[in-house]
Formats: sequence, structure tokens, C-alpha cells
Amino acid sequence: MAKSTPQTGGTGAWDQLVGLIGRGPGGYVFLSIYTLVTSLLLLLNPRTNLFTDIVFILFLLLILAIYRTKVHVGFKIALGVITLGFVMPYFGTLNPYYIDVATQAGIFATLAMGLNVVVGFAGLLDLGYVAFYAVGAYLWSIFSTPQVGLMISGATPIPSGWFYGFILLGLTVGGVFGVLLGLPVLRLRGDYLAIVTLGFGEVIRVLAVNLDKPLNITNGAQGIKDIERPPLFFADPLRAIFSSFGRQLDNNQLYQIFFYFMVLVVVLITILIVSRLKNSRIGRAWTAIREDETAAIAQGIPLVRMKLMAFAVGASFAGAMGVIFASKQLFINPPTFDLLRSIGILTMVILGGLGNIPGVILGAVLVTLLDLQILPRIAEILRSAQKAGWPIPSAFDPTQYQRLLFGLLMILMMIFRPEGILPEDRRRQELHEEDEEIVEDAAEAEAA
Amino acid sequence: MALLEATNITKIFGGLTAVNDVTLTIEKGSIVSVIGPNGAGKTTFFNILTGIYKPDKGVVLFDGAPTAGLRPDQIAALGMRRTFQNIRLFHNMTVLENALVGMHTHLHAPIWNIILRNRSLRLEEGKARDRSRELLRFVGLDEKRDELAKNLPYGDQRRLEIARALAGDPKLILLDEPTAGMNPNETVEATNLIRRLRDELGVTVVLIEHDMRLVMAISERISVLDYGTKIAEGDGAVIRANPRVIEAYLGKGAAGNPA
Ligand SMILES: Nc1ncnc2c1ncn2[C@@H]1O[C@H](COP(=O)(O)OP(=O)(O)OP(=O)(O)O)[C@@H](O)[C@H]1O
Ligand SMILES: [Mg+2]
Repeated sequence: MAKSTPQTGGTGAWDQLVGLIGRGPGGYVFLSIYTLVTSLLLLLNPRTNLFTDIVFILFLLLILAIYRTKVHVGFKIALGVITLGFVMPYFGTLNPYYIDVATQAGIFATLAMGLNVVVGFAGLLDLGYVAFYAVGAYLWSIFSTPQVGLMISGATPIPSGWFYGFILLGLTVGGVFGVLLGLPVLRLRGDYLAIVTLGFGEVIRVLAVNLDKPLNITNGAQGIKDIERPPLFFADPLRAIFSSFGRQLDNNQLYQIFFYFMVLVVVLITILIVSRLKNSRIGRAWTAIREDETAAIAQGIPLVRMKLMAFAVGASFAGAMGVIFASKQLFINPPTFDLLRSIGILTMVILGGLGNIPGVILGAVLVTLLDLQILPRIAEILRSAQKAGWPIPSAFDPTQYQRLLFGLLMILMMIFRPEGILPEDRRRQELHEEDEEIVEDAAEAEAA
Repeated sequence: MALLEATNITKIFGGLTAVNDVTLTIEKGSIVSVIGPNGAGKTTFFNILTGIYKPDKGVVLFDGAPTAGLRPDQIAALGMRRTFQNIRLFHNMTVLENALVGMHTHLHAPIWNIILRNRSLRLEEGKARDRSRELLRFVGLDEKRDELAKNLPYGDQRRLEIARALAGDPKLILLDEPTAGMNPNETVEATNLIRRLRDELGVTVVLIEHDMRLVMAISERISVLDYGTKIAEGDGAVIRANPRVIEAYLGKGAAGNPA
């Protein structure tokens, strides 16, 4: 079933814009000015308000601009390090709100990339993805708090230094749960697959609610609080660095920056793993299965193994991120992991561009911004307009309509750009790969 | 030596006997055609050979070993590859990627090598790329390797399907109506290509075809199916002279065109 409309490939308007400024020195000048202006605006005016919101969004979109503009790779990396490595964390010490948004966006970017392995690469619709996130989160929450003593009498919480080991454990356990979900749904396709995965997600959530008796494993609906954070082994150097810029940081600020960097590193590792997988025998086999199962089998691709592998790989990212999320959040409870969350992550994948890694990241950032920042801000503006006597009925409380606005945006998106903001374009990717090879060849030549 | 021996194959769908007690032996290095009117059971027979359907009766020996109990992907991995009557490419993948997918059974890099992208992975991928491009050159598609499969013209899509099948380094290739929908020029090219599969690559070829000119021109043996039953077998001259074949197949539509 080939789509009847040929894909135009890429984003037309954006490509035109890039075409105008993207060649020669234009791209360098554009990106430098863009970086300088947004960074200065953020650092000089760190208050939480509409203006900073807008600058902050532009600042995040800068990453996309850096990625898409045709400039030297070294320049891109330098700008990336400056913006995400220095400006963002420093801004975070001035205003804790925005860096938290950025951290959340990173968490969701990882989840979206993981789900994209299952849905985008292998074409298996999974509506219960958040279950794996929950598994990772509960794993750390139970074992790092006195909750473990309620489960195994006499057991004491694990030292917080084990946190990093638990990230790996979350990765593994997430993968195992991915296989557990994969096994019963292997024969299902489309709608049936979606319904069973949805059920799986709900089962995990219901287990989280109900496993407080007879043996208290999850502490039920009350959730688990006082979750342990990892020891801050960079605390002193970090403090020193910031105090040399005249900033004295308290523990909470340090942790915020700490988690920001940790999530950033995980995002980068995820991008690396996922894009390498995509361009390997495994990723190609997944895509082949997505495109045509019968033809894929005829090429000798073992369907069961490859599908299970997709479920396992996708789930393992969520499992690992769950551990980090629980530790950052300090408190988790079952509603955090409900169906809406799964659908939210799926929305990021589809909105950004199913199958396309940069698209999926963009989708995650945009939806997070929309959820945490743009929609609440609109609601707030409407409310103050109400107070100022604008003819908006008093029964109309905009915060109640956040979801409605969100839904409307999604519908508009699906009408006008159903393939996502940055659709998958395998031709472009081939070109990039050749770039990469040239770079590698050059590096090898240099080394020799 | 026989590369493929299918003995007394029967396949029944509901009340319909699609393939009825068919026996077929394919010698290594030969080009064999299976012909017959629409609905004769040709494609069903291919589906049994490749393991998509289990036969209700009969045994398939490939390269001396029975294929019963093997999954289709395992049979493909043994070196039996096919093309489809209604082209089944991976439409949203590039031409090169389609060929690379065909090489799946020859690539073994474990997942950690892929993640680390170490030397052995790069070596394997590089070799796979070279081999794929060689095969694309063989079918005349190397120039179009970065295009999406769905954007290829029809004749190219058929050739890409052959290249993809070749990428598995098969011993036997089954072609289901490789020239369906082609114009006379393209058909001549396809005929040459099929001959080169055997002559240059040493692949044994079985094809289903309706184009009698092509069938007579390249096959060393021809088997005729009608209503699921094999009604004749032999070289071109034998088939042309067989009255049952003329009645069942050549008699209709092709009467004035006996090749
Ligand atoms: N999966 C199936 N279920 C039921 N009947 C089937 C199935 N596959 C094929 N048939 C029937 O079996 C018979 C043989 O079909 P088949 O496709 O093998 O014919 P064919 O010789 O390839 O014909 P054509 O030249 O039109 O491709 C037909 O009557 C068809 O309807
Ligand atoms: Mg057929």
C-alpha cells in the first residue's frame, strides 16, 4: 500500500530559508548572531515571563538550526557545546524553571527515540510504552528507599552510589519486559497490536496501584517518596566553576544541573545508538518488516527475532530513563504512568516525523514545551484578560481547555502535515552517510 | 545433480485443489519454466517451495535436504530466493538499501559491534555495500542507487527485485512472471538478464511466465500446469507439440502465436 501522494521530502519553507542563508559564510554569520542574541537575552533577562518563554523556545530551535544549516561539522559541535554545555546550565542557575523544562524535554526525547524504534523503524504500534518507563522508575524507587524493607523484611535501602548500576539494570529489565510484551503480540498487526499493547500498559499501571497488599511492593496509589539521588561526585568542582562566575549554588541547583547534564549525555548516547542501529543490518531489517513482512521474510529475515529485538531495544531506553526520572523527581506514583503518557510520547513521534530521529527529537521538545510552557502561558494570559474585563465568560477557565487546544493543534497538524514536521527521507540520509564516511576517511588518513 | 526435488506436492484451499500431485525436479545450472493458464496453481507452487505454504501432501528437497519444518526465512537463508508476481519492494527504502536487505543472511555483526561501529562492523558494511552495488550494476541500476524504490519505473522495479534476490547469493532463484507488464524492449532486456543470471552468476533459475516467446527462447525444460495438475513436461519442441498443452494453454489466446 504505497501512499498515493509522493513525498516532497524535507520541509520546503525551511529548506528555502536554509538555501538563502545556508551557503558560504551566510550560515556562519546567521548561526553566530542567532546564538549570541538568544543567549544574551536569556542570560540578561532570566525572569519567568512571556518574553523569556519566547526567547527560550527560539533558543531550543537554535539547536535545530545548527543541525540543519550547512556549515562545517566542527562549527556545529562548537556551537552545540556553547549552547547546551554552557549557556543552558548557566541560565539554569539563574532560573530553575527553564532548565527543568529542558531536562524534561531531554527525558521525553529519549523516550520518543525509544518508542520510535518500535513504531517508526519496525512499524509496530505500541500504546503501552510508558509501562517500561514505569518499570525502570519503580525499580530504583523501591530499592533506594525504605520501601524495599516493606517488600523484603529486614532489607535496607541500597546505597545511592548504586544509581549508575541501576541505570544499566533498568536498561536490562526494560528490555526483558519488552520481550515479555513482544511474545504474545507477535502474531498481531495493526489495531489488534495497538489494543493488546494498550492493555499491557494498563496492566503495569494497575499492578503499581494494587501491589501494596498482601505484600507491599509499590506502596499502591500513594506512590513512593524520598527517592534517593545519586551522590554528587562533581559537586565541588562544579561549585568552584560557578563561584568563579560569581554564582553560589545550593544543593538543589547543583542537582538540577547535574540531572540536566546526565539527561543530555543519555540523549546523545541514545541518538548515537539509535542512528547506528538504523543504518545497520538490524535497522534495515526492521524497516523491511515495516514496509512488507512477506517480502522481508523472503530475504531471510527472521520475523520473530527481529520484532522481539525491536521491542527489547525500544523498551530498554525507557527502562533506563525511568531510573533517572524517579531519582530526579524524588517522588513517583501510578498516575505518572497512565495511558495519556503513552499517547503523549506517541504524539511526539508522529508529530515530529515517524522514523526520523531528528524529527522525533523535535517532536518531543515541541510537545514538552507546549505542555509545560506554551499552553499554561496562553491560559494565564487569557485569565488575566478576563480579570481586565475582556468579554470572556467567567465560566470559561482556560486551564481547563489545555487539552482541547493541544488536541486541536494535533488535528491541524495531521490535516496539513500528516507525515510529521521533519519526515523521514532516506535519500537525504544516504547523502549524510557519505559525508560521514568522508569525515571518517579524513580522520583515518590523518591518524596514519 | 538435482538442486530441487518436489515430489507429489498437493495443496488444497477449502474445496479447491490449487496444486494437485505435482512432481518437479530442477537440475543444478538449468533454466526451467513453469507455465499454465491463470489460476493454474503456479504461484501457489512457488509459495510451497519457499515455505510460505505447507503442502498438504508431498516433500520438497532443496540441495538434498527436506525443507519441511523450516520457516520461509530459513529456506531463504539456505539459498532459495524469489521475486513476486505483484512486485514487493521496500518502497520507502532506497534502491541500495533494498539490495542490502537482500544481503541480510550474509551479515552477522552483533549488536554491540553496530553500536560501537568498530572496524569489523565497518568492514562488513563496506563489503556489503560493494557487493550490493556490484549486483545493482549487474542489473543496470547502480546509477539509481539513492532513489527510493517506489520512484523507479516499473521495469526497473522488476530488475531491483532480481538484484535483491541475488544479494542473498542464492543457489536457486524463483521468478514469478518477471516480464509481466513490460513492453517488448524491456522484455528482451529481461530475457538477457535472466540468461546472464545462470551464465555469469551460475544461479539456477525457475520462472513462471506467460510470454511464450521468452519461455521458448530461454528454457531448457518447461512444465505445464493446468488446474493444479502437471499436464506436460519437456523441452520447447515437446511442449509445442503436446495436444493437451495446446488445448489447455496455447490453444487459447496464443493460437496464432506459437513462438
Ligand atoms: N491463499 C489462498 N486461499 C485460497 N485460495 C487460493 C489462495 N491462493 C491461491 N488460491 C487459489 O488457488 C488457485 C491457484 O492460484 P495461483 O495464484 O497459484 O495461480 P497462478 O497459476 O499463479 O495464476 P496467475 O497466472 O493468474 O498468477 C486459484 O484458483 C486461486 O484463487
Ligand atoms: Mg501467479
